[in-house]
Amino acid sequence: MIVTVASGKGGTGKTTVAVNLAVIAPEGSVEVFDCDVEEPNAHLFIKPENIVTKEISTMIPDVDMNLCTLCGECEKICRFSAITMIAKKIMVFPEMCHSCKGCSMVCPAGAIKEGSRVLGSLLTGQSSRGFNLTWGELRVGEAMSPPLIKQVKNKIDKGIGKLFIVDAPPGTSCPAVVTLRDADFALLVAEETPFGLNDLALTVEGLKKLGVPMGIVLNRADMENGIIDDYAVRENIEILQRIPFSREAAKVCAKGHFLVDELPEIKALFQDIYLKIINNLNSIQKSDKGGQ
Amino acid sequence: MKAAVSSSGKTLESELDPRFGRASYFLIVDTETFDFEVKPNDQNMNLPQGAGIQAGKIVADCGVEVLITGNCGPKAYNVLDAVGIKVVTGTNGTVREVVEKFKNNALQYSQGPNVEGHWV
Repeated sequence: MIVTVASGKGGTGKTTVAVNLAVIAPEGSVEVFDCDVEEPNAHLFIKPENIVTKEISTMIPDVDMNLCTLCGECEKICRFSAITMIAKKIMVFPEMCHSCKGCSMVCPAGAIKEGSRVLGSLLTGQSSRGFNLTWGELRVGEAMSPPLIKQVKNKIDKGIGKLFIVDAPPGTSCPAVVTLRDADFALLVAEETPFGLNDLALTVEGLKKLGVPMGIVLNRADMENGIIDDYAVRENIEILQRIPFSREAAKVCAKGHFLVDELPEIKALFQDIYLKIINNLNSIQKSDKGGQ
Repeated sequence: MKAAVSSSGKTLESELDPRFGRASYFLIVDTETFDFEVKPNDQNMNLPQGAGIQAGKIVADCGVEVLITGNCGPKAYNVLDAVGIKVVTGTNGTVREVVEKFKNNALQYSQGPNVEGHWV
């Protein structure tokens, strides 16, 4: 089962929640995937060893002008103007290309070959806590993160029956949607600020469309302004946990350590989150089976 | 000579639109007679990306020798460069004023894009 930790707003504590959940779970029962490929940071806490790195590329059109008949079919099918016919020349804008291969499929002259451009790296390593971390690192200057995120998610092997903890990128655009798309449960890390509420609501609207069940973890939950509570009641979303603001917790995170190792009161909160997630997943599994 | 000017409106008295890719209109102006033709750019206003490329195609198809605008990004510049259209950036005023300035050699051609490309 896949639990994806998301937020909408950045900096609410997604990675903190994801890595501490991984450590609190029974040894050997989880794997962690950091899909925030533009700024991955789970490895800073997990400190994986035996890292294997693989370069990831994506297809871009490579036009052979000797074969091209200037029919313009490639330009017509491209929704991103990545391949454009101008003054009897075909211009390719690789950074606009979404690698759909439509241009090479429709080209009647077979003039479009599959070229490639490097997106970034896919990395996997082992934590001393008995789980693997897989993450992506987008090439600096690259704007197209979803293909790399998909490669990170392809490493999820559902057959091995583990709990897969996925750390999502912030925001609600393509990278977040690609990450959340096939989650079994979304853990939304929220903060009680107007910005936090606004972006949480955007994520909730997206998850409703994707049909992903969700619960909220309220982080730094001592403003007591109630804006997230009111929203959660209105939307009928359970607040699974409240993690209070603590200077000690900030210090532990800043050192790259796990909260659950050093702060017993927070460890208890995470044990509770873990159990609630497992309960949620069990009831989801049951209702799936009931429906079959 | 024919010049394309990115314009916020449909007349020579309209203000130049400083955006090229997402300009409201292009006015294709004969620099001798000031006869002009209006090319709407509405199909580009809702494109998430690639507006500069499409705008470049529109003005290229009009057979102009020069584009006068406010800002021109790298992709649009590449398109215009490929078809040999010269680009003037960083100017403002009404369409009539900028064409007058151009005729009086008061405007300089750009040697490259003057703004970064952007992502939505």
